[in-house]
Amino acid sequence: MEKQKVPVIRSVLWLVPATWSQLRTLGMVFMHSFRKRETVNYPEEQVYLPPRYRGRIVLTRDPDGEERCVACNLCAVACPVDCISLQKGEQEDGRWYPEFFRINFSRCIFCGMCEEACPTSAIQLTPDFEMGEYGRQQLVYEKEDLLINGPGKDHDYHFYKVAGLAIGGKDKGEAKNEEAPEDVRSLLP
Amino acid sequence: MAIIHVDGQQYEVNGAQNLLQACLSLGLDIPYFCWHPAMGSVGACRQCAVRQYKDADDDKGMLVMSCMSPATDQTRISIDDEEAKAFRASVVEWLMINHPHDCPVCEEGGHCHLQDMTVMTGHDRRRYRYRKRTRRNQYLGPFIAHEMNRCITCYRCVRFYNDYAGGTDLGAFGAKDNIYFGRYEDGTLESPFAGNLTEVCPTGVFTDQSHSDHYTRKWDLQFAPGICHQCSLGCNISPGERYGTIRRIENRYHGEVNGYFLCDRGRFGYGYVNRNDRPLVPLWRDGAGQPPVTLEVDTALNRITDALRHARRIIGIGSPRASLESNHQLRELVGPDNFSTGIESREQACLDLMNHLQRTTGLPTPTPREIEDHDAILVLGEDPVQSAGRLGLNLRQAALARREAMGEKIGVPAWNAEALKTLGQDSYHPMHIAWPTGTDLDDVAAGRYSLAPDDIARLGFAVAHLIDPAAPAVDHLDPDTRETARRIADDLMAAERPLIVSGGSLASEAVLQAAGNIAQALARRAKQGGLVLIRREANSTGLSLMGGQALDWALDELNGGRADAVVVLENDLYQRLPPEQVEQALGRADIQVVVDHQSTATTSGAHFTLPAATFAEGDGTLVNLEGRAQRFFQVFEPAYMRPEARIHESWRWLHALTAGLRGEAVTDINLDAVTRACAEAHAALAGIVDAAPGADYRIEGLRLAREPHRYSGRTAMRANLAVSEVRPPQDPDTPFAFSMEGYSGFDQPRQQVPFAWAPGWNSPQAWNKFTDEIGGHLRGGDPGIRLIQREAGHRSYSAAVPPAPGDTTDGSLRALILPRLFGGEETSARAEPIQQRMTTPVLILNQKDAEALGVCQGDSVLIGDGPALTVQEQGEWPSGWAGLPAGLLPGLAQGDTLTLRKAEGGAP
Repeated sequence: MEKQKVPVIRSVLWLVPATWSQLRTLGMVFMHSFRKRETVNYPEEQVYLPPRYRGRIVLTRDPDGEERCVACNLCAVACPVDCISLQKGEQEDGRWYPEFFRINFSRCIFCGMCEEACPTSAIQLTPDFEMGEYGRQQLVYEKEDLLINGPGKDHDYHFYKVAGLAIGGKDKGEAKNEEAPEDVRSLLP
Repeated sequence: MAIIHVDGQQYEVNGAQNLLQACLSLGLDIPYFCWHPAMGSVGACRQCAVRQYKDADDDKGMLVMSCMSPATDQTRISIDDEEAKAFRASVVEWLMINHPHDCPVCEEGGHCHLQDMTVMTGHDRRRYRYRKRTRRNQYLGPFIAHEMNRCITCYRCVRFYNDYAGGTDLGAFGAKDNIYFGRYEDGTLESPFAGNLTEVCPTGVFTDQSHSDHYTRKWDLQFAPGICHQCSLGCNISPGERYGTIRRIENRYHGEVNGYFLCDRGRFGYGYVNRNDRPLVPLWRDGAGQPPVTLEVDTALNRITDALRHARRIIGIGSPRASLESNHQLRELVGPDNFSTGIESREQACLDLMNHLQRTTGLPTPTPREIEDHDAILVLGEDPVQSAGRLGLNLRQAALARREAMGEKIGVPAWNAEALKTLGQDSYHPMHIAWPTGTDLDDVAAGRYSLAPDDIARLGFAVAHLIDPAAPAVDHLDPDTRETARRIADDLMAAERPLIVSGGSLASEAVLQAAGNIAQALARRAKQGGLVLIRREANSTGLSLMGGQALDWALDELNGGRADAVVVLENDLYQRLPPEQVEQALGRADIQVVVDHQSTATTSGAHFTLPAATFAEGDGTLVNLEGRAQRFFQVFEPAYMRPEARIHESWRWLHALTAGLRGEAVTDINLDAVTRACAEAHAALAGIVDAAPGADYRIEGLRLAREPHRYSGRTAMRANLAVSEVRPPQDPDTPFAFSMEGYSGFDQPRQQVPFAWAPGWNSPQAWNKFTDEIGGHLRGGDPGIRLIQREAGHRSYSAAVPPAPGDTTDGSLRALILPRLFGGEETSARAEPIQQRMTTPVLILNQKDAEALGVCQGDSVLIGDGPALTVQEQGEWPSGWAGLPAGLLPGLAQGDTLTLRKAEGGAP
């Protein structure tokens, strides 16, 4: 069988773009020497975290300074690792609140499902990841560790002003879009 | 049977049902609100619209309410029809217009029928721009919370409360769109079945207040199939636990026993499980009055066995509130000759007699559901609502069923509730009640006769004699009673299925013999009737089948020095016999061991106390008043949330003691083994092994899950104790797992359902998915097995007719203890909501007796050295007797002579 002749020049032509690629890469890497550095000297220098960063979980308060959490349990049931547990309590004035609220951060995966599920904007994830501990037990946060003194990202929402449940200082009919309570004894149209 | 066509598919259904019920029975989902399987249809909510076609050629059809349309043969409907779907979506949207934005703070959330139906119809955005109607709430007592804003005016509450349960103090007020469901003023709902409103109401208007006080969503509760321990009816319950405490009791559907409803004692009486003063660890006292020392389990067992080994003779005192297994293990420990049932002798004689009558009179014992099919009722010496709660509801349905019989004649179907109500008006099947004072069934009764116990018996004997002249006659019968007996006998004879209800409330064997004679007379006249005999406690029937000496005998043995050690099982002896008698006898015992789950007068004097499991922490078998053996299963492991707790089932403790006493190595035992041992030892109880599946039962290779699949917080609930998670508790006794892993579905038929859930059905309406037809039986069969079989052969009529009471009124008054639903039962009386619900106890006297005593209505009277009671005069009350509520003076027996004197200073 006669050997097929391939021109030598054709068989080594691929070397041209390959060499260019190598040289270009070397050049690009070299050029990084003159770029601004991404590495920060943490902890002397702090990291920039965008506001929507999903870090340490907090419990917020409504604009009046009252606890927002109504202990509805939706965060707990949404949690894929089941690391939230709480117990409903009721204040004298009829507000629901968590008697205890516990997050086991050694299990938390910071997925933000709890925040999505929360109907009162109470539970929020914050741009903070500095939670390292030597003992794992220290990663169990109780309500005292979680509750902050502000409304967090949602500045205006006030669940009880929308909900029909009467609480101290907000009677039936005083919530948003509500009529005054009916007079049952009236038969007038 | 009828053939119906749904969306082009052909199905065979029960033609006596309506289309909604038939479709739901087929597993087809149609949203609904106002229809309820036990209460029929009224067509109020307009939610269950479907398109119905006249025939195969009709392609237009029309929208109809499926709950108001009969499932007649060749009916053609479409559920998936676009217009029907749009109509149903609109209805939910209207209903949601005024619904408050408060699901997160609503106790119904997560098991809400309205949520389910809203999701089912697809409504998710509010388009209505105007204001919401609001309504004020009422205080409805310690059981029920009220939040009227959530109402969708389906009328289920008043239909249940008034029409079904006979309540009078809940109503619909107002007109047009300001309909209001409540009482005429704030106050406790009076009906003893008010708790069912929490399940009947499809939204969160009526919710369980006792649950709200320690609220947990349904998906976060751990359940197991339970049996109510609060009376002898054995209702199936679904107790839910979270963080080591029971949070609520919900009804567990049983086609033959409790159906969809419970009484309030059973529903709200669970608080004793959560009490802080319960014994949690083994305790040792050097002697009465000494402070207790806590012991570790092994130390406690060693010390007790050492002490018992030195005893000459050990008496074991069982309990009718403990399971059969526990009682049997006690009997194993002390030997059959030393075993007492822990029941006072007169009560025990009545219990034995009731078992005997159930076997020999010839009339069968109907299941509670079958009671509703009887068309004439005689209640002889019982107050069923107070002594057996839920049974009263069955008896009421039997009386109300006259409507259905009337409807049948003119072609009104049984489900057409409003039409039947109008048709029936005030006509009921005849019900006669012989009971000294008013009962909750008086409003549907043809007559209620205020008689003393012996006179009730005489009336019963007279009725039996009228039905069958071979039965002994009653001499010196006064004309009134003779006339009453005649009327009762006529009604029973005219009926197709007469029912006799009696029981042990009056502790009178004569009354029971009279009931037996009537039943036997009816059986001899070939009547298809029934005989129901009410016992007092959860396992009274079981314990009397097991047998053993009475409590009095045990105390006599101790008093006589013929025994020097006593082991008491889950029994507060001070509740049963006079305190002096108990104290003296127990004082003679050198070693007192008490196994109980409550701190009682008996435990506080014991040398050793072992912490027993309640129905929520242990497994066991109970036998209810129809003779049905039913198993209850452990809901949670107490040591999981409270590692210091050493609570175990009594049978475990007693088995360990037995092994220790015999010098054998203490090995653990499981439920199946003790149940089998109990069944083998007692021929009458041989069936209990089959009462529920054993620990090796699996569905699709899986254990059954105790927790819903959404159960939350597993890695956080114990994290405060230790962040490293311990292994979840293992269960060697039952097929259930302390986990969300395992079978929890509805498609495989099963008897034991810890909680009802099906995709899209989170509310109690999910039971529809577990039944063979809606309102029928569980597809896996209703749980439990009947133990008491009728025996062939003859019972000779009892001739023990009490003599006519002469004029021997020497002015002394005898105690007539009246059963009461709230407070009349030992354990539930320890629950806080029940304590709040108890009525102020009164002393009922006949006017003449009151005059003789020099007191009048409202005066305060002292009973011996005991408490002061307010006098209530009743004109019809039998003279010579003083009515007292049960549970008030423990140790006082029926018929004891009372020393009464007027308290100084009148009413407090």
